[in-house]
Formats: sequence, structure tokens, C-alpha cells
Amino acid sequence: MNIAADAHTEGPSSYVRAAELELREVSKRYPGQLIPAIEKLSFTVPAGEVCVLVGPSGSGKTTAMRLINRMIPISGGDILLGGRSVLDRNPRELRREIGYVIQQIGLFPHRTIEENIATVPRLLGWPKARIDARVAELWDLIGLRKDELSGRYPAQLSGGQRQRVGVARALAADPPLLLMDEPFGAIDPINRARLQDEFLRLQQQVRKTVVFVTHDIDEAIKIGDRIAILREGGDLAQYDTPAEILRSPADEFVAQFVGADRGIKRLSLIALEDLTLLVPDDSPRRDAPATPVPRVPLTMSGRDALSLLLTSRATHLLVVDDDGAVRGNVTVELLHRRLAEDGAAAGTSARAEPTAGGGTWVGAVSSDGLDGKRQAAEDVDGAAKARSGA
Amino acid sequence: MNMLATTGPVIPEYAKHSVSCVVHNHTFCWSWATSNWSSVLWPALRQHVYLVLIAVSIGFVLSMALALIAHRFRWFEQPTILVTTFLYTIPSLALFELLVAPVGANLYAAEIALVSYTLLVLFRNILTGLRAVPAEVLDAAEGMGMTRTQALLQVELPLALPAITAGLRIAVVTTIALATIVYTIYDAGLGVPIHIALGEGPFKTELICAAALTIGLAIVCDGLLVLTQRALTPWLRARSHGG
Repeated sequence: MNIAADAHTEGPSSYVRAAELELREVSKRYPGQLIPAIEKLSFTVPAGEVCVLVGPSGSGKTTAMRLINRMIPISGGDILLGGRSVLDRNPRELRREIGYVIQQIGLFPHRTIEENIATVPRLLGWPKARIDARVAELWDLIGLRKDELSGRYPAQLSGGQRQRVGVARALAADPPLLLMDEPFGAIDPINRARLQDEFLRLQQQVRKTVVFVTHDIDEAIKIGDRIAILREGGDLAQYDTPAEILRSPADEFVAQFVGADRGIKRLSLIALEDLTLLVPDDSPRRDAPATPVPRVPLTMSGRDALSLLLTSRATHLLVVDDDGAVRGNVTVELLHRRLAEDGAAAGTSARAEPTAGGGTWVGAVSSDGLDGKRQAAEDVDGAAKARSGA
Repeated sequence: MNMLATTGPVIPEYAKHSVSCVVHNHTFCWSWATSNWSSVLWPALRQHVYLVLIAVSIGFVLSMALALIAHRFRWFEQPTILVTTFLYTIPSLALFELLVAPVGANLYAAEIALVSYTLLVLFRNILTGLRAVPAEVLDAAEGMGMTRTQALLQVELPLALPAITAGLRIAVVTTIALATIVYTIYDAGLGVPIHIALGEGPFKTELICAAALTIGLAIVCDGLLVLTQRALTPWLRARSHGG
């Protein structure tokens, strides 16, 4: 399970394998504050997966992220990166091995884009030729045109371009772990969606372990392989795959946080090609006098299909592949059945296996209440009192 | 007029070329300036440049050290402001005289006084520049694994350059002006010919030359600093002509 990658490989184009990240009962207390910012937070991010930390403000998600690269000192517990405690590491060296992207990006205004991207390789003392090769590679990776932007300063870029450069700078030294704190938070919705898609495509390519902080549950569902939902006081409410969190929220807090439309959100995780489509031949006859049936691609999400079914007058959609050949029909009923089946199947399968630390008490809150400390799940004050009493 | 004519021979060189101008005390005698350039004006100008250069250099190093301490330890700022402001408000003539007793009427006394007047403006500007570095830029620097020293040298100081240069420009210009009264305790700088001219009665050429050189020196130094800053901060001129 542990895929450790402590050293950088030599060739600039060979990606260092991602490393597993494990938080073990991590706590953060600020002096003079009664309620800890983070209390015994445990979860494991398998190597190469994107873990989204999401929660309302005050839930300590950014704090949790900054504990990992020791920007904030840990009060208790331990964090393992690739099986090795970050506490044993020199903080500077540790940070050079962890990509870091923040919402305001923080590009160096006095350095050109190339110089910005080359920051960590330069700190690591790479030879110039290797740095140049790596920077050239990153231009392509982040989808910016070198001939257009080479030698420019950050002030000359658009917000989206700056964000891309920020990601390139974080990836420059091929870190096994990437920390991203609301990286798209300051971008307008259209560009944000584009950057999210780009990020997912990039992640397909580089397969880093990523800890991604956001307050936007939709972004979390779209980006995350796993989502850690935190409530106030850095308390982990649920840690699971997006599908599982939407299907069975651990408690009222999670249910409320993911929203009443979680059924529709679940459909957004399903593409039409994942469905067992209805055989198309008899349907047209039934609808013969009605409006023309919309044709939709296999890659369309269940959510968009439902939306189209609700807004068009058709009772079904024709799903066609890239060549235009009909692959089957989709109806509201089919989507509904799929969600029901999903629910039943996931209830028995071990597909969504939360890891030991995070998993043990997920769900314990509402059902058995064995853990006194977690009993008052929805009531933060109550939880705090219980904790200080314990 | 008569008096001037009789004192004329004391400075025999000008008599050779332009007796009439000096003798008739025109407002400005170009011939006096040219014939006294190498003997009077140029040495005074050179001394003046040295006085200013030494004072601003020492003042800059001291202020930089103080500002770096205050940048690291916030409590250090107020006492430093208090002391440097106090130094700045001492009347310059009085300070020069006060320093003669402990230090002597020499270059040291002159430089101590000049340096003390540069501290306030340099300290404040350097500190302001360092503090104006955006928090997210520093956060990124730290998050990418820069040490404190690396962040200071590679990020904070370069970004503080405009503010630092602004301080240097004020310090240089004021020191150039102030150095003209160094003559009261030490025989150097453009203050010397000004003082002589004032003591010599109605003949104004020497006074005008020295004053013009002082002003010219200030303008040239200021211009050099502006050009240096422009060369060192290319990112400030690179504004969005794209993206």
C-alpha cells in the first residue's frame, strides 16, 4: 500500500511516483484557545489520489492542509508521507518536496513566468540545463503557449493564466504530493469549470497525491477521488468517495452540507455510457406522433440527461456514439432505477472502503453513539464541552 | 569698486583674462569660473561628492540593519523611529558644533552629523518597502521551501527596491544640500567656496558657481538613482500588453 518516493528521479520527464499520505490523530491547538482547531484528525490518502478537504469556514480545512507541509506546527499526532513522518524532516526540504498552490497564487511579481516556474528546482540546485528542460515541459503540460508568454511577468497575465503558472510552479520539481488551497476560488465560474477540467486531465497524466481544500461541495464532488468533510473544530464528519457520501451521508451535518439535491449530484457522477441503456427499437413507435427525440452523446452525465428530459417534451433520449450509431435509450425511470440499484449495491459492497483512521467512527455518530466524544455531532458547542470534559 | 580693484591682484589669475568682468563685478563672470575650475570648484565638488557618498553609504548600511531588525522584531520599530526622528530634528549647525568637542573639528564629526540625518528617511522607507511585500507572495515563498534568508534576498528585498530607492533619493538630495554647511567645522565641500564668496563682499560668481554645482550634483545623482532603479525593476514597466 505504501508507495514511497523520497528521492527525485534524475530525468526531468520521468514523474516521481506519488506517495501515500497518512494523518494519524493529528491535533492542532492554539495557545489560549479552549477549542482545538483540529482534534485527532485521521485519514489516509492513497498514493495518486485526490483528497478534497471540504467544510464550512472555521472547520480547519486550510489549517489541516498547512499542517502537512509544516507551515503550521503540529500539536499532537503524526503525519506520514510515503511512510515517513514529516516531523523527522527538515521543514525546508520537506516543503521543496511538496507542491504548494494557494488561492491568491502568490506568484513572484518580480520574476518572469519561467523564473517563477523554476523556483523550487533552483532551490534544489538543479543544473541549468535540467531546469530549462523541465520548464519547457511544463509549458505544454499546463497548456500555455511559450512563444506567447515567454519572458512575461505575472502582472501581464490573466487570472486563469496565473493560476496555471501557479500549478506549473508547484509541479516543477515533480513532488510526490501536491497541496492546493482553494486554487480556483478567485476565478469566475466559466473559467473555474475550465480550470477544473484541465486539472483533472493534468492529474490523469501526472497522478500525484493531492490534498485539495475547497468550501464548494460541487467542486469537491467533481475533483475528488475521496472527500473529507470537516465540521467546525476540525472534526472529520465523513471520509469517503463522492458517490458514497452522496448516497449515504454519515449524519445530518453531512446531509445538509452536501445539499438536498444530492440525488441530482449523484447523477452528475454517472455518464450515460455507464448505464444499461434500454433497447431502442420499440420506443419510437410508442412515441411516434410526439416531438423528435433528442440525440445525446455517451459521455453526457446523468444529471444533464435528466435536465434535458425535464425540459424537452420527449419521454426518452437517444444515446448515440461518436459515429452517430444509436446505442440505446435513456428515460427518467432508468436514471431513477440506477440510483436505487447503486444504493442497494453500495450498501453491501466494500467498494467505498474508508481507511482505518477515518473509517472506524464514520456512522457511529448517529447510530450507536458509543464514542462519547463524538456524540453531539450536530452541536458543535456540545461536542466541545464533551471533549473538554473527557 | 575701488575696493575690488585693489583686492584684484590677490587672485592674479583672473586679472590676466578678464580684468574687466571681475573688476566691474558683473553678476556672473564665466571667465572666473573657467580659470578657477581646476583650482577651486573641481576640488570642492569632488570633496562634496565624497562627503555625500560616505554619509549615504554608512547611513544606508545602518538603516538597512535597523530596518531588518525591525522587520523581524516589531517592537524595535518605535524606539528606532524615536531616536532617528530626534537626530533628524537637531538643528544642523548646532549638531556640527556639538560634535566638535567630543570628536574634533574633522571629517569624522562631519560624517557623523551627515549620517545621522539620513537614518530617519532611509529606515522608514526600507521598512515600509519590506512590509509592503504581499502576504501571499511570502506564503508562497515559505511554502516552496525558501529559508528566511532566501526569502529576504530573493523576494522581499527585490520587491522593496522601489521604496528603498525612493528613500535613497531623498537621502542623497538632502545630504547634498546639508553638506554645504560642513565648512563650519571641516574645510571641505562646496560650502567652502560659498562661504568664501559670502565673506568677500559683492562679488557673486563664486557663490553662484558653487550653488549651481550643488544643485547640478543633486539633479545628476537623483537621475542616476532613477535610472538604476528602472534597470533593476523591469517588472514594474511590464504592464499588461497581453493576456
